[in-house]
Amino acid sequence: MIDHHIPVVRLVNITKSFGDVIADDGVNFELLPGEIHGLLGENGAGKTTLMNILYGLHQPDAGEILIRGEVHQVSSPHKAIELGIGMVHQHFMQVATMSVIDNIILGLKVGSDFKLGRDAARKRLLELCKLYGLNVDPDAFIWQLSIGDRQRVEILKALYRDVNILILDEPTSVLTPQETTELFYTIRKLVDAGLSVIFITHKLEEATSITNRVTVMRDGKVVATKETKKTSKPELAYLMVGREVLFRTKVETREKNSHRDVLRVSNLKVKGDRGNIAVQGVSFTVQSGEIVGIAGVDGNGQSELTQALTGLREVLSGNFWVDDVELTNASPYKVIQHGVGHIPEDLADGIVSDLTLVENLMLNRHYKPPYSKNGWMNERIMESEARELIHQHDIRTSGALAKAGTLSGGNKQKLIVAREISRNPILLIAVHPTRGVDIGAEEYIRNLLVQMRNRRGAVLLVSTKLDEIMDLSDRILVMEKGRIMGEMMREEANIEKIGLLMAGAEG
Amino acid sequence: MAESIRELHPKPWKQWIKRISDANWISTVLVVLLAFLVGGLLILAIGGDPLRAYLVLIKGSFGNRNGFAETIVKTCPMLLAGLSVAIALRTEFWNVGAEGQIYAGAVLTGLASIYIQGISAVIHLPLALLAGALGGGLWAFIPAILKARLKVNEVITTLMMNYIMTFIFSFLVDGPMRDWVSGLNISPQIEKTTWLPILLAKTRLHSGILIAILAAVVLAVILRKTVLGYQIRAVGGNTRAARFAGIAVENTMVKAVIISGMLAGLAGAIEITGVQHRLIAGFSPGYGFLGLAVALLASLNPIGVIFSALLFAALLNGADAMQRWASVPIAMVAVIQGLVIIFSAIRFFFNRSTLKRKAGS
Repeated sequence: MIDHHIPVVRLVNITKSFGDVIADDGVNFELLPGEIHGLLGENGAGKTTLMNILYGLHQPDAGEILIRGEVHQVSSPHKAIELGIGMVHQHFMQVATMSVIDNIILGLKVGSDFKLGRDAARKRLLELCKLYGLNVDPDAFIWQLSIGDRQRVEILKALYRDVNILILDEPTSVLTPQETTELFYTIRKLVDAGLSVIFITHKLEEATSITNRVTVMRDGKVVATKETKKTSKPELAYLMVGREVLFRTKVETREKNSHRDVLRVSNLKVKGDRGNIAVQGVSFTVQSGEIVGIAGVDGNGQSELTQALTGLREVLSGNFWVDDVELTNASPYKVIQHGVGHIPEDLADGIVSDLTLVENLMLNRHYKPPYSKNGWMNERIMESEARELIHQHDIRTSGALAKAGTLSGGNKQKLIVAREISRNPILLIAVHPTRGVDIGAEEYIRNLLVQMRNRRGAVLLVSTKLDEIMDLSDRILVMEKGRIMGEMMREEANIEKIGLLMAGAEG
Repeated sequence: MAESIRELHPKPWKQWIKRISDANWISTVLVVLLAFLVGGLLILAIGGDPLRAYLVLIKGSFGNRNGFAETIVKTCPMLLAGLSVAIALRTEFWNVGAEGQIYAGAVLTGLASIYIQGISAVIHLPLALLAGALGGGLWAFIPAILKARLKVNEVITTLMMNYIMTFIFSFLVDGPMRDWVSGLNISPQIEKTTWLPILLAKTRLHSGILIAILAAVVLAVILRKTVLGYQIRAVGGNTRAARFAGIAVENTMVKAVIISGMLAGLAGAIEITGVQHRLIAGFSPGYGFLGLAVALLASLNPIGVIFSALLFAALLNGADAMQRWASVPIAMVAVIQGLVIIFSAIRFFFNRSTLKRKAGS
């Protein structure tokens, strides 16, 4: 019934850059009729940008979009819908105080000027619900619905507009496991009814369970397109993180004399934002003079783990100690006081844009002498120390008293790293320390981590960049679904082994 | 990511507005000029002479001894209310309850200055003022702790607590504290030892303004030079970064709000000891609410608040003269006030949204 040879969507050589960041670099992509096509890649690989281009939210710098064999200029989402393309975003575009039906017809003209035409719309909606087995009460208010229901509304919104190509942007990231199962059921029904679906994800499990084909993206490029049946999770993991490991940072092997346990974590369980258990009982140690790297696909509990270790997230059960002092559920202040440094996952969480560089550099020490005394700041000492740090770490700025918001991304991150390391922490928790920074800053930050380890400091490094983990770590842990799947020394590590563990195979 | 990148290349007009709104001085003057310009057009539209009207307005509020004195008298509570709102808003706490805190301060000042008797003015006056600050601080502490511990929305609690306090106040001057001799709903006169000294003979200009200006300077120093001020600025600038750096965000906010309440309470205390000399229901014609406008116009800068309070006081005070001598209705002053509020609010939210976006990059 469907011609399986003409792709419904063909993207040819799509290139898109923002400033000097290239999001998509000559990407080719094909969606066949009636298929579920997984688009797999790490955060920042360019998946969402590519789909935003197809949906008309961005205009490509170069390349062509063919819909059902014809070249089209998708100038706006409106145009995309006209072409039969719908997209369900990670963040739902809904008015919480309006009913389901009102949200569905929002922006459409269904009735006359004086009549909304809700009744006809409701009838049509109920038909759609029945056809695709989607259960939603048209008259419920959005705020009354669960996240899963709200997602169904979003899908219905697209179906109501007669789309036959549906893009789902990380649809499961907000769902519970049961809701995910229901979603997969719905997707299969949609495909049975003749739709073609693009499924953006960074979870290997999903990429292999629901799709017909998978396209893997890395650093703005397509690495491969595979038939799901003919590939495996380890292979996909391998494609996703990249095979070329560049040993750019020189790390001498660690001398094996007496090291003590600096961080000791025992059976730690931590709640996630959705009431799930994001960290499901992990135990490990980090010794002095050691970098322990945690590898894994984003969203497998690494964020929650590091937030718990820095006092920012409540620990459900289990304990952890820093230098034999128990810090389970201690305040961030107390954790810092015990000599723990923290490079946060999102660099925006490390900088107060409206304060000066000096004030930002002193953020983690301003409260104690000599920086302040009896509640008064000592600006002279703060400024001279900050100037030294700026000089030492070559933070490019118009001045020490410039606002930190004026710095470039790489320099912001250098500022954060300089601030944390200069305090001589006994333990540094570095989460994606080089994410979103330029090559120069990346190299510099990696070297600082190694220096700290060589000074017998302990470093816990969380990164999704496998080369970074393998370059820097003395010991590597792999996290998947909130568990530590395996542990290996630097010498025994190789990318296949890590990829296998990341994909969930027992180590 | 798209957000942050868009911010690197903002539209030219946006860049232009941003540059102006970054330079606080210029933008504040522009906001005021714009308000007067639009107000002038409106005066023109109702057949008045805007230039004359404004001239009379200025004359009325500054032109003679008494007009000047009255302007300053009105500046005083507005300045303190403006500071009150500003310091709380620095930690993202919308204190819409300055009005209630003014009344709370007045109650304790009233108690201290009516029922404590026979002590020297050197002790009694500071005591009465302190009592006022304490009252305001306590009244503000409730919504602060509710927000810090239970995340209760402060706009609702502070707003509602205004009603509670104004009714408590009315009850007091109608019952327990009523001066039955006068036949009015007022308290007895406060002890002379708690009267603020008059600065300008034969006017109501009292020394409260000196206290208010001092409060502004002290607040500026706190923000710039102390650990607490630094923490307040860090929390207001980026709550998450402050929390990540170990600053106890909720504690900082509670402290800022207590200071905020104390400033509003002090405003109440000064109104009682400087102007009314007794408790009178409705003695504050909404100074607490005007404080919001005063603070926004000054971009939450304590020193700026001095001038912005002066402007609002002058508008209030010159309105009468404008109606009498330029036949422009008093309501026009409310219109100009409204315009100042609208323009400064636009600027405030514009700045905040660009800041937020910057923080998110």
